[in-house]
Amino acid sequence: MRATTINLSDTERLASAFGGALLAAYGLSQRSKSGAMIAAAGGALIVRGATGFCPGYAAAGIDTRRSDTKTALAGSRGTPVETAVTIAKSHDELYRFWRNLENLPTFMPHLVSVKDLGAKRSHWVAKAPGGRTVEWDAEIINDDVNELIGWRTLEGSDVVSAGSVRFKPNGTGETIVHVHLQYEPPAGKVGATIAWLLGYDPSQTIGEDLRRFKALTETGEVPTTEGQSRGAA
Amino acid sequence: MKALVWHGKNDVRVERVPDPAILNPRDVIVRITTSAICGSDLHLLDGYIPTMQSGDILGHEFMGEVVEVGPGHHKFQRGDRVVVPFTIACGNCYFCKRELWSCCDNSNPNAGMAEKLYGYTTSGLFGYSHLTGGYAGGQAQYARVPYADVGPLKIPDGIPDEKVLFLSDILPTGYMAAENCDITRGDTIAIWGCGPVGQMAIKSAWLLGAERVIAIDAVPERLRMARDVNRAETINYEEEDVFDTLKTMTGGRGPDACIDAVGLEVTLAERASDMVLPPATEGEQFVLIRGLAALGQRDVGGVVERAQHAGDVAQRRRRFASFLER
Repeated sequence: MRATTINLSDTERLASAFGGALLAAYGLSQRSKSGAMIAAAGGALIVRGATGFCPGYAAAGIDTRRSDTKTALAGSRGTPVETAVTIAKSHDELYRFWRNLENLPTFMPHLVSVKDLGAKRSHWVAKAPGGRTVEWDAEIINDDVNELIGWRTLEGSDVVSAGSVRFKPNGTGETIVHVHLQYEPPAGKVGATIAWLLGYDPSQTIGEDLRRFKALTETGEVPTTEGQSRGAA
Repeated sequence: MKALVWHGKNDVRVERVPDPAILNPRDVIVRITTSAICGSDLHLLDGYIPTMQSGDILGHEFMGEVVEVGPGHHKFQRGDRVVVPFTIACGNCYFCKRELWSCCDNSNPNAGMAEKLYGYTTSGLFGYSHLTGGYAGGQAQYARVPYADVGPLKIPDGIPDEKVLFLSDILPTGYMAAENCDITRGDTIAIWGCGPVGQMAIKSAWLLGAERVIAIDAVPERLRMARDVNRAETINYEEEDVFDTLKTMTGGRGPDACIDAVGLEVTLAERASDMVLPPATEGEQFVLIRGLAALGQRDVGGVVERAQHAGDVAQRRRRFASFLER
Protein backbone atom coordinates (compact mmCIF):
# COMPACT_ATOMS: atom_id res chain seq x y z
CA MET A 1 0.00 0.00 0.00
CA ARG A 2 2.87 2.34 0.87
CA ALA A 3 4.47 1.83 -2.50
CA THR A 4 1.39 2.87 -4.43
CA THR A 5 0.29 5.82 -2.32
CA ILE A 6 3.60 7.61 -1.68
CA ASN A 7 4.51 10.10 -4.39
CA LEU A 8 6.91 12.39 -2.49
CA SER A 9 10.64 12.07 -2.00
CA ASP A 10 12.02 11.81 1.56
CA THR A 11 13.48 15.28 1.23
CA GLU A 12 10.21 16.78 0.12
CA ARG A 13 8.33 14.95 2.87
CA LEU A 14 10.65 16.37 5.52
CA ALA A 15 10.42 19.85 4.02
CA SER A 16 6.66 19.59 3.85
CA ALA A 17 6.24 18.51 7.45
CA PHE A 18 8.78 21.02 8.73
CA GLY A 19 7.38 23.91 6.71
CA GLY A 20 3.86 22.91 7.73
CA ALA A 21 4.82 23.00 11.40
CA LEU A 22 6.32 26.48 10.97
CA LEU A 23 3.25 27.75 9.10
CA ALA A 24 0.91 26.29 11.68
CA ALA A 25 2.87 27.85 14.55
CA TYR A 26 2.91 31.22 12.77
CA GLY A 27 -0.76 31.01 11.92
CA LEU A 28 -1.76 30.20 15.46
CA SER A 29 0.34 33.06 16.82
CA GLN A 30 -1.74 35.52 14.77
CA ARG A 31 -4.91 34.86 16.76
CA SER A 32 -7.05 35.87 13.79
CA LYS A 33 -9.23 34.38 11.08
CA SER A 34 -6.49 34.65 8.44
CA GLY A 35 -4.06 33.20 10.98
CA ALA A 36 -6.38 30.26 11.40
CA MET A 37 -6.39 29.71 7.64
CA ILE A 38 -2.58 29.77 7.55
CA ALA A 39 -2.53 27.30 10.42
CA ALA A 40 -4.93 25.02 8.58
CA ALA A 41 -2.71 25.14 5.48
CA GLY A 42 0.25 24.27 7.71
CA GLY A 43 -1.71 21.33 9.08
CA ALA A 44 -2.35 20.06 5.55
CA LEU A 45 1.37 20.26 4.78
CA ILE A 46 2.16 18.27 7.93
CA VAL A 47 -0.26 15.56 6.80
CA ARG A 48 1.32 15.62 3.33
CA GLY A 49 4.76 15.12 4.87
CA ALA A 50 3.60 12.43 7.28
CA THR A 51 1.81 10.36 4.66
CA GLY A 52 4.17 11.07 1.77
CA PHE A 53 1.17 11.57 -0.46
CA CYS A 54 0.28 14.79 -2.27
CA PRO A 55 -3.19 14.78 -3.89
CA GLY A 56 -2.24 17.73 -6.12
CA TYR A 57 0.81 15.91 -7.45
CA ALA A 58 -1.26 12.77 -7.93
CA ALA A 59 -3.75 14.70 -10.06
CA ALA A 60 -0.91 16.16 -12.14
CA GLY A 61 0.87 12.81 -12.43
CA ILE A 62 3.97 14.04 -10.60
CA ASP A 63 6.12 11.69 -8.52
CA THR A 64 9.14 13.40 -6.97
CA ARG A 65 10.61 10.17 -5.67
CA ARG A 66 12.36 9.63 -9.00
CA SER A 67 14.49 12.72 -8.56
CA ASP A 68 16.00 11.60 -5.21
CA THR A 69 19.76 12.06 -5.31
CA LYS A 70 20.05 9.05 -3.05
CA THR A 71 18.22 6.89 -5.57
CA ALA A 72 20.24 8.21 -8.49
CA LEU A 73 23.53 7.43 -6.71
CA ALA A 74 22.50 4.00 -5.47
CA GLY A 75 24.22 0.88 -6.73
CA SER A 76 27.74 0.61 -8.03
CA ARG A 77 27.55 2.36 -11.34
CA GLY A 78 30.91 4.03 -11.18
CA THR A 79 29.32 7.35 -10.49
CA PRO A 80 31.89 10.01 -9.68
CA VAL A 81 31.85 10.93 -6.02
CA GLU A 82 32.75 14.38 -4.76
CA THR A 83 32.77 15.67 -1.24
CA ALA A 84 34.44 18.45 0.71
CA VAL A 85 35.13 19.44 4.30
CA THR A 86 36.73 22.47 5.93
CA ILE A 87 39.39 21.65 8.50
CA ALA A 88 40.94 24.04 11.01
CA LYS A 89 44.51 23.07 10.10
CA SER A 90 46.97 24.42 7.56
CA HIS A 91 47.00 22.87 4.09
CA ASP A 92 50.63 21.76 4.35
CA GLU A 93 49.99 19.82 7.58
CA LEU A 94 46.98 18.09 6.05
CA TYR A 95 48.82 17.36 2.83
CA ARG A 96 51.72 15.81 4.75
CA PHE A 97 49.39 13.62 6.82
CA TRP A 98 47.56 12.34 3.75
CA ARG A 99 50.69 11.97 1.60
CA ASN A 100 51.97 9.49 4.14
CA LEU A 101 49.52 6.96 2.72
CA GLU A 102 50.17 4.55 5.57
CA ASN A 103 48.16 7.00 7.75
CA LEU A 104 44.97 6.47 5.75
CA PRO A 105 43.66 3.41 7.67
CA THR A 106 43.55 5.55 10.85
CA PHE A 107 40.52 7.36 9.46
CA MET A 108 39.35 4.95 6.74
CA PRO A 109 38.23 1.97 8.83
CA HIS A 110 37.49 -0.25 5.83
CA LEU A 111 41.22 -0.24 5.00
CA VAL A 112 43.35 -2.85 6.74
CA SER A 113 46.64 -1.34 5.61
CA VAL A 114 48.37 0.75 2.99
CA LYS A 115 52.03 0.06 2.30
CA ASP A 116 54.23 2.61 0.55
CA LEU A 117 56.29 0.67 -2.01
CA GLY A 118 58.34 3.71 -3.04
CA ALA A 119 58.46 5.29 -6.49
CA LYS A 120 54.90 6.63 -5.86
CA ARG A 121 53.54 3.09 -5.76
CA SER A 122 51.55 1.60 -2.89
CA HIS A 123 49.85 -1.65 -1.93
CA TRP A 124 46.38 -1.51 -0.42
CA VAL A 125 44.50 -4.10 1.67
CA ALA A 126 40.82 -3.56 2.45
CA LYS A 127 38.19 -5.52 4.35
CA ALA A 128 35.79 -7.60 2.27
CA PRO A 129 32.65 -9.54 3.19
CA GLY A 130 33.02 -12.79 5.12
CA GLY A 131 36.17 -11.69 6.95
CA ARG A 132 38.16 -11.74 3.70
CA THR A 133 40.30 -9.00 2.25
CA VAL A 134 40.70 -7.47 -1.17
CA GLU A 135 44.08 -6.09 -2.30
CA TRP A 136 45.32 -3.83 -5.05
CA ASP A 137 48.25 -1.70 -6.12
CA ALA A 138 47.98 1.99 -6.84
CA GLU A 139 50.23 4.78 -8.03
CA ILE A 140 50.28 8.49 -7.41
CA ILE A 141 49.87 10.22 -10.75
CA ASN A 142 49.75 13.81 -9.48
CA ASP A 143 51.66 15.16 -6.53
CA ASP A 144 51.60 18.93 -6.14
CA VAL A 145 53.26 19.44 -2.77
CA ASN A 146 50.83 20.92 -0.19
CA GLU A 147 48.06 21.20 -2.78
CA LEU A 148 46.96 18.03 -4.51
CA ILE A 149 47.42 14.26 -4.57
CA GLY A 150 45.98 12.26 -7.46
CA TRP A 151 46.08 8.47 -7.76
CA ARG A 152 44.81 5.53 -9.73
CA THR A 153 44.87 1.79 -9.34
CA LEU A 154 47.39 -0.15 -11.43
CA GLU A 155 46.41 -2.37 -14.32
CA GLY A 156 45.44 -5.87 -13.28
CA SER A 157 44.00 -4.77 -9.94
CA ASP A 158 40.74 -6.22 -8.64
CA VAL A 159 39.64 -2.68 -7.89
CA VAL A 160 39.63 -0.05 -10.60
CA SER A 161 39.49 3.52 -9.39
CA ALA A 162 41.05 6.92 -9.70
CA GLY A 163 40.79 9.93 -7.46
CA SER A 164 42.26 13.08 -6.12
CA VAL A 165 42.34 15.07 -2.92
CA ARG A 166 42.89 18.82 -3.05
CA PHE A 167 43.99 20.98 -0.12
CA LYS A 168 43.02 24.61 -0.55
CA PRO A 169 43.57 27.32 2.09
CA ASN A 170 40.36 29.27 2.75
CA GLY A 171 42.16 32.44 3.74
CA THR A 172 41.54 32.23 7.48
CA GLY A 173 44.07 29.56 8.36
CA GLU A 174 41.72 26.69 7.58
CA THR A 175 41.80 24.32 4.64
CA ILE A 176 39.08 23.12 2.30
CA VAL A 177 39.71 19.44 1.59
CA HIS A 178 38.03 18.33 -1.59
CA VAL A 179 37.92 14.67 -2.60
CA HIS A 180 36.99 13.44 -6.05
CA LEU A 181 36.69 9.73 -6.79
CA GLN A 182 35.82 7.78 -9.87
CA TYR A 183 35.07 4.07 -9.65
CA GLU A 184 34.66 1.62 -12.45
CA PRO A 185 33.56 -1.53 -10.76
CA PRO A 186 33.78 -4.67 -12.87
CA ALA A 187 30.84 -7.02 -12.82
CA GLY A 188 30.43 -10.01 -10.56
CA LYS A 189 32.20 -10.76 -7.31
CA VAL A 190 34.47 -7.77 -7.30
CA GLY A 191 31.68 -5.43 -8.28
CA ALA A 192 29.77 -6.62 -5.28
CA THR A 193 32.83 -6.23 -3.09
CA ILE A 194 33.24 -2.65 -4.13
CA ALA A 195 29.57 -1.93 -3.54
CA TRP A 196 30.03 -3.33 -0.06
CA LEU A 197 33.26 -1.44 0.50
CA LEU A 198 31.58 1.79 -0.42
CA GLY A 199 28.38 1.01 1.39
CA TYR A 200 24.98 1.78 -0.07
CA ASP A 201 25.86 5.39 -0.74
CA PRO A 202 29.47 5.98 -1.89
CA SER A 203 29.43 9.69 -1.13
CA GLN A 204 28.39 8.87 2.41
CA THR A 205 31.31 6.53 3.06
CA ILE A 206 33.81 9.03 1.68
CA GLY A 207 32.04 11.73 3.68
CA GLU A 208 32.40 9.70 6.87
CA ASP A 209 36.10 9.11 6.09
CA LEU A 210 36.61 12.85 5.66
CA ARG A 211 34.72 13.54 8.89
CA ARG A 212 37.10 11.21 10.73
CA PHE A 213 40.07 12.84 8.95
CA LYS A 214 38.87 16.22 10.25
CA ALA A 215 38.39 14.99 13.83
CA LEU A 216 41.73 13.20 13.84
CA THR A 217 43.74 16.11 12.47
CA GLU A 218 41.93 18.76 14.55
CA THR A 219 41.68 16.94 17.88
CA GLY A 220 44.27 14.18 17.68
CA GLU A 221 41.69 11.43 17.99
CA VAL A 222 38.62 9.99 16.29
CA PRO A 223 35.55 10.18 18.55
CA THR A 224 34.22 6.79 19.52
CA THR A 225 32.00 4.93 21.92
CA GLU A 226 33.22 1.52 20.82
CA GLY A 227 34.07 -0.50 23.92
CA GLN A 228 32.28 1.79 26.37
CA SER A 229 30.24 0.37 29.25
CA ARG A 230 26.58 -0.33 28.61
CA GLY A 231 23.81 -2.50 29.96
CA ALA A 232 22.65 -5.72 28.39
CA ALA A 233 20.10 -5.14 25.64
CA MET B 1 29.56 -0.68 38.60
CA LYS B 2 25.88 0.10 38.98
CA ALA B 3 24.14 2.32 36.44
CA LEU B 4 20.66 3.40 35.41
CA VAL B 5 19.94 1.58 32.15
CA TRP B 6 17.24 2.44 29.60
CA HIS B 7 15.31 -0.49 28.16
CA GLY B 8 12.31 1.16 26.58
CA LYS B 9 9.47 3.54 27.17
CA ASN B 10 8.82 3.76 30.91
CA ASP B 11 11.35 1.01 31.52
CA VAL B 12 14.62 2.01 33.21
CA ARG B 13 16.49 -0.18 35.70
CA VAL B 14 19.51 0.07 37.98
CA GLU B 15 21.82 -2.71 36.84
CA ARG B 16 25.36 -4.00 37.11
CA VAL B 17 27.33 -3.04 33.98
CA PRO B 18 31.05 -3.13 33.10
CA ASP B 19 33.17 -0.28 34.47
CA PRO B 20 34.08 2.37 31.90
CA ALA B 21 37.55 2.39 30.36
CA ILE B 22 39.72 5.03 28.71
CA LEU B 23 39.04 4.72 24.97
CA ASN B 24 40.74 7.82 23.57
CA PRO B 25 43.88 9.72 24.63
CA ARG B 26 42.10 12.80 25.99
CA ASP B 27 39.54 10.83 28.08
CA VAL B 28 39.30 10.77 31.85
CA ILE B 29 37.26 8.47 34.07
CA VAL B 30 35.24 10.16 36.81
CA ARG B 31 33.98 8.47 39.98
CA ILE B 32 30.59 10.10 40.27
CA THR B 33 29.79 11.67 43.63
CA THR B 34 26.53 13.41 42.71
CA SER B 35 24.24 13.10 39.71
CA ALA B 36 20.95 14.80 38.88
CA ILE B 37 17.84 13.75 36.99
CA CYS B 38 17.05 16.32 34.32
CA GLY B 39 13.59 17.27 33.16
CA SER B 40 14.77 16.23 29.71
CA ASP B 41 15.38 12.69 30.99
CA LEU B 42 11.59 12.51 30.99
CA HIS B 43 11.63 12.77 27.19
CA LEU B 44 13.73 9.60 27.14
CA LEU B 45 11.51 7.88 29.68
CA ASP B 46 8.40 8.92 27.74
CA GLY B 47 9.87 7.64 24.48
CA TYR B 48 9.92 11.02 22.70
CA ILE B 49 13.57 10.88 21.67
CA PRO B 50 14.42 8.63 18.73
CA THR B 51 17.50 6.37 18.46
CA MET B 52 17.57 5.21 22.07
CA GLN B 53 18.74 1.60 22.40
CA SER B 54 18.05 -0.92 25.09
CA GLY B 55 21.14 -0.97 27.30
CA ASP B 56 21.91 2.77 27.08
CA ILE B 57 23.14 4.33 30.33
CA LEU B 58 21.28 7.56 31.18
CA GLY B 59 22.33 10.76 32.90
CA HIS B 60 23.90 14.00 31.73
CA GLU B 61 24.15 16.14 34.87
CA PHE B 62 26.93 14.77 37.01
CA MET B 63 30.11 15.54 38.90
CA GLY B 64 32.76 13.59 40.67
CA GLU B 65 36.39 12.81 41.24
CA VAL B 66 38.89 12.10 38.47
CA VAL B 67 40.20 8.58 39.01
CA GLU B 68 41.98 7.85 35.74
CA VAL B 69 43.40 10.00 32.95
CA GLY B 70 44.16 9.10 29.34
CA PRO B 71 47.70 9.28 27.93
CA GLY B 72 46.87 12.46 25.98
CA HIS B 73 45.14 14.25 28.84
CA HIS B 74 47.20 16.94 30.56
CA LYS B 75 44.74 19.06 32.53
CA PHE B 76 43.32 17.16 35.49
CA GLN B 77 44.95 14.81 37.91
CA ARG B 78 43.61 11.94 39.92
CA GLY B 79 41.69 13.31 42.87
CA ASP B 80 40.55 16.52 41.15
CA ARG B 81 36.85 17.30 41.65
CA VAL B 82 35.05 18.26 38.46
CA VAL B 83 31.60 19.23 37.26
CA VAL B 84 30.98 17.73 33.83
CA PRO B 85 28.79 19.69 31.38
CA PHE B 86 26.30 17.65 29.37
CA THR B 87 27.79 18.81 26.07
CA ILE B 88 30.98 17.09 24.88
CA ALA B 89 33.22 19.60 23.08
CA CYS B 90 36.56 19.00 21.35
CA GLY B 91 37.93 22.52 21.83
CA ASN B 92 39.60 22.53 18.39
CA CYS B 93 36.89 22.88 15.77
CA TYR B 94 35.43 25.99 14.14
CA PHE B 95 32.55 26.08 16.64
CA CYS B 96 34.58 25.39 19.78
CA LYS B 97 37.01 28.15 18.81
CA ARG B 98 34.00 30.50 18.87
CA GLU B 99 32.86 29.10 22.23
CA LEU B 100 29.79 27.51 20.61
CA TRP B 101 30.57 24.28 22.41
CA SER B 102 27.18 22.62 21.88
CA CYS B 103 27.71 22.93 18.11
CA CYS B 104 31.07 21.08 18.22
CA ASP B 105 31.18 19.09 15.00
CA ASN B 106 33.89 16.63 16.04
CA SER B 107 32.54 15.03 19.21
CA ASN B 108 29.51 13.17 17.87
CA PRO B 109 30.58 9.82 16.36
CA ASN B 110 27.10 9.57 14.81
CA ALA B 111 27.18 13.03 13.25
CA GLY B 112 26.10 11.57 9.90
CA MET B 113 22.88 10.32 11.46
CA ALA B 114 22.18 13.71 13.04
CA GLU B 115 22.89 15.52 9.78
CA LYS B 116 20.33 13.42 7.97
CA LEU B 117 17.69 14.49 10.46
CA TYR B 118 18.64 18.09 11.24
CA GLY B 119 20.99 19.16 8.47
CA TYR B 120 23.80 19.66 11.00
CA THR B 121 24.94 17.76 14.03
CA THR B 122 24.97 18.90 17.63
CA SER B 123 27.94 18.11 19.83
CA GLY B 124 28.02 14.71 21.46
CA LEU B 125 25.92 14.54 24.64
CA PHE B 126 26.06 12.19 27.61
CA GLY B 127 23.27 9.64 27.93
CA TYR B 128 21.01 11.19 25.34
CA SER B 129 20.34 8.83 22.41
CA HIS B 130 22.55 7.64 19.59
CA LEU B 131 21.69 10.66 17.51
CA THR B 132 23.87 12.67 19.90
CA GLY B 133 26.64 10.10 19.97
CA GLY B 134 25.32 7.30 22.16
CA TYR B 135 27.73 8.22 24.95
CA ALA B 136 27.14 6.37 28.23
CA GLY B 137 25.72 8.76 30.81
CA GLY B 138 26.37 9.75 34.40
CA GLN B 139 23.53 8.22 36.38
CA ALA B 140 26.12 5.64 37.26
CA GLN B 141 29.00 5.12 39.65
CA TYR B 142 31.62 5.96 37.03
CA ALA B 143 31.65 7.67 33.66
CA ARG B 144 34.10 8.09 30.81
CA VAL B 145 34.48 11.77 29.86
CA PRO B 146 35.86 12.36 26.33
CA TYR B 147 37.82 15.54 25.50
CA ALA B 148 37.95 16.04 29.26
CA ASP B 149 40.43 18.93 29.01
CA VAL B 150 37.70 21.14 27.46
CA GLY B 151 34.34 20.90 29.21
CA PRO B 152 34.75 19.85 32.84
CA LEU B 153 35.19 22.57 35.44
CA LYS B 154 37.51 22.02 38.41
CA ILE B 155 35.82 22.61 41.76
CA PRO B 156 37.91 23.77 44.71
CA ASP B 157 37.71 21.72 47.90
CA GLY B 158 35.34 23.09 50.47
CA ILE B 159 32.43 23.75 48.11
CA PRO B 160 29.81 21.01 48.57
CA ASP B 161 28.53 19.12 45.51
CA GLU B 162 24.99 20.48 45.74
CA LYS B 163 26.24 24.05 45.34
CA VAL B 164 27.90 23.37 41.99
CA LEU B 165 26.21 20.28 40.52
CA PHE B 166 23.67 22.36 38.60
CA LEU B 167 26.48 23.96 36.57
CA SER B 168 26.31 20.75 34.51
CA ASP B 169 23.13 21.85 32.71
CA ILE B 170 20.12 23.21 34.54
CA LEU B 171 21.56 26.44 35.92
CA PRO B 172 23.24 27.60 32.71
CA THR B 173 20.05 26.67 30.84
CA GLY B 174 17.97 29.02 33.00
CA TYR B 175 20.74 31.58 33.03
CA MET B 176 20.94 31.54 29.25
CA ALA B 177 17.20 32.18 29.00
CA ALA B 178 17.57 35.19 31.29
CA GLU B 179 20.63 36.42 29.43
CA ASN B 180 18.69 36.26 26.16
CA CYS B 181 16.27 38.78 27.69
CA ASP B 182 18.96 41.49 27.57
CA ILE B 183 17.81 42.66 30.98
CA THR B 184 18.39 46.28 31.87
CA ARG B 185 17.59 48.03 35.12
CA GLY B 186 13.89 48.37 35.75
CA ASP B 187 12.87 45.43 33.54
CA THR B 188 10.00 43.11 34.38
CA ILE B 189 10.54 39.51 33.31
CA ALA B 190 7.70 36.98 33.03
CA ILE B 191 8.59 33.30 33.23
CA TRP B 192 6.23 30.52 32.14
CA GLY B 193 6.91 27.33 34.08
CA CYS B 194 8.29 27.05 37.61
CA GLY B 195 10.07 23.72 37.24
CA PRO B 196 13.83 23.53 37.76
CA VAL B 197 14.69 25.55 34.63
CA GLY B 198 12.08 28.16 35.55
CA GLN B 199 13.43 28.49 39.09
CA MET B 200 16.96 28.91 37.76
CA ALA B 201 15.68 31.46 35.27
CA ILE B 202 14.09 33.43 38.13
CA LYS B 203 17.35 33.46 40.09
CA SER B 204 19.29 34.42 36.97
CA ALA B 205 16.88 37.24 36.09
CA TRP B 206 17.50 38.74 39.55
CA LEU B 207 21.23 38.27 39.12
CA LEU B 208 21.16 40.14 35.82
CA GLY B 209 19.35 43.11 37.33
CA ALA B 210 15.63 42.55 36.82
CA GLU B 211 13.37 44.88 38.78
CA ARG B 212 10.43 42.44 38.92
CA VAL B 213 10.10 38.75 38.12
CA ILE B 214 6.65 37.25 37.55
CA ALA B 215 6.44 33.45 37.52
CA ILE B 216 3.51 31.48 36.03
CA ASP B 217 2.49 27.92 36.85
CA ALA B 218 -0.37 25.94 38.38
CA VAL B 219 1.49 23.49 40.64
CA PRO B 220 1.16 24.85 44.20
CA GLU B 221 4.58 23.76 45.51
CA ARG B 222 6.33 25.15 42.45
CA LEU B 223 4.55 28.47 42.80
CA ARG B 224 5.40 28.45 46.51
CA MET B 225 9.09 27.91 45.77
CA ALA B 226 9.07 30.65 43.13
CA ARG B 227 7.47 33.00 45.66
CA ASP B 228 9.06 32.04 48.97
CA VAL B 229 12.52 30.90 47.97
CA ASN B 230 13.13 32.90 44.83
CA ARG B 231 11.09 36.05 45.63
CA ALA B 232 9.09 36.09 42.40
CA GLU B 233 5.54 37.40 42.10
CA THR B 234 3.34 34.56 40.90
CA ILE B 235 0.30 33.91 38.73
CA ASN B 236 -1.64 30.64 38.96
CA TYR B 237 -2.91 30.21 35.43
CA GLU B 238 -5.74 27.99 36.57
CA GLU B 239 -7.08 30.76 38.76
CA GLU B 240 -6.32 33.86 36.74
CA ASP B 241 -6.19 34.91 33.10
CA VAL B 242 -2.47 35.24 32.51
CA PHE B 243 -2.64 37.88 29.78
CA ASP B 244 -5.01 40.19 31.67
CA THR B 245 -3.27 39.71 35.00
CA LEU B 246 0.17 40.40 33.52
CA LYS B 247 -1.15 43.58 31.93
CA THR B 248 -2.74 44.77 35.12
CA MET B 249 0.35 43.95 37.17
CA THR B 250 2.52 45.97 34.80
CA GLY B 251 0.27 49.00 34.53
CA GLY B 252 -1.09 48.00 31.15
CA ARG B 253 2.30 47.69 29.48
CA GLY B 254 3.16 44.00 29.85
CA PRO B 255 6.49 42.44 30.75
CA ASP B 256 9.70 43.61 29.07
CA ALA B 257 10.71 40.04 28.25
CA CYS B 258 9.24 36.56 28.60
CA ILE B 259 10.85 33.17 29.16
CA ASP B 260 9.25 29.87 28.14
CA ALA B 261 10.48 27.29 30.65
CA VAL B 262 7.77 24.73 29.97
CA GLY B 263 8.54 21.11 29.14
CA LEU B 264 8.56 19.54 25.70
CA GLU B 265 5.68 17.12 26.26
CA VAL B 266 3.37 19.84 27.56
CA THR B 267 4.30 22.19 24.75
CA LEU B 268 3.73 19.52 22.11
CA ALA B 269 0.41 18.47 23.55
CA GLU B 270 -0.77 22.09 23.69
CA ARG B 271 0.38 22.80 20.15
CA ALA B 272 -1.47 19.68 19.05
CA SER B 273 -4.72 20.70 20.69
CA ASP B 274 -4.27 24.26 19.40
CA MET B 275 -4.02 23.01 15.86
CA VAL B 276 -7.51 21.66 15.98
CA LEU B 277 -9.59 24.78 15.70
CA PRO B 278 -12.25 24.87 18.38
CA PRO B 279 -14.55 23.25 19.01
CA ALA B 280 -12.42 20.14 18.61
CA THR B 281 -13.60 16.82 19.83
CA GLU B 282 -11.40 14.84 22.15
CA GLY B 283 -10.99 12.32 19.37
CA GLU B 284 -9.62 14.91 16.97
CA GLN B 285 -7.14 16.15 19.54
CA PHE B 286 -6.02 12.61 20.23
CA VAL B 287 -5.38 11.98 16.54
CA LEU B 288 -3.26 15.11 16.27
CA ILE B 289 -1.32 14.38 19.43
CA ARG B 290 -0.61 10.88 18.16
CA GLY B 291 0.39 12.34 14.82
CA LEU B 292 2.81 14.77 16.40
CA ALA B 293 4.25 12.06 18.60
CA ALA B 294 4.84 9.93 15.52
CA LEU B 295 6.43 12.87 13.76
CA GLY B 296 8.52 13.35 16.89
CA GLN B 297 10.39 10.31 15.72
CA ARG B 298 11.57 12.42 12.79
CA ASP B 299 10.46 16.00 12.42
CA VAL B 300 9.03 17.70 15.44
CA GLY B 301 11.54 16.04 17.73
CA GLY B 302 14.24 17.35 15.48
CA VAL B 303 12.91 20.86 15.49
CA VAL B 304 12.62 20.93 19.25
CA GLU B 305 15.97 19.29 19.76
CA ARG B 306 17.68 21.71 17.41
CA ALA B 307 16.06 24.67 19.12
CA GLN B 308 17.20 23.42 22.48
CA HIS B 309 20.80 23.32 21.38
CA ALA B 310 20.84 26.22 18.96
CA GLY B 311 22.14 28.49 21.64
CA ASP B 312 24.96 27.42 23.76
CA VAL B 313 24.49 26.37 27.32
CA ALA B 314 28.07 25.56 28.12
CA GLN B 315 29.12 29.03 27.07
CA ARG B 316 26.78 30.48 29.66
CA ARG B 317 28.09 28.04 32.22
CA ARG B 318 31.52 29.57 31.78
CA ARG B 319 30.23 33.10 32.03
CA PHE B 320 28.17 32.13 35.00
CA ALA B 321 31.22 30.67 36.66
CA SER B 322 32.62 34.20 36.81
CA PHE B 323 29.84 35.06 39.25
CA LEU B 324 31.00 32.26 41.53
CA GLU B 325 34.42 33.80 41.74
CA ARG B 326 33.06 37.10 43.00
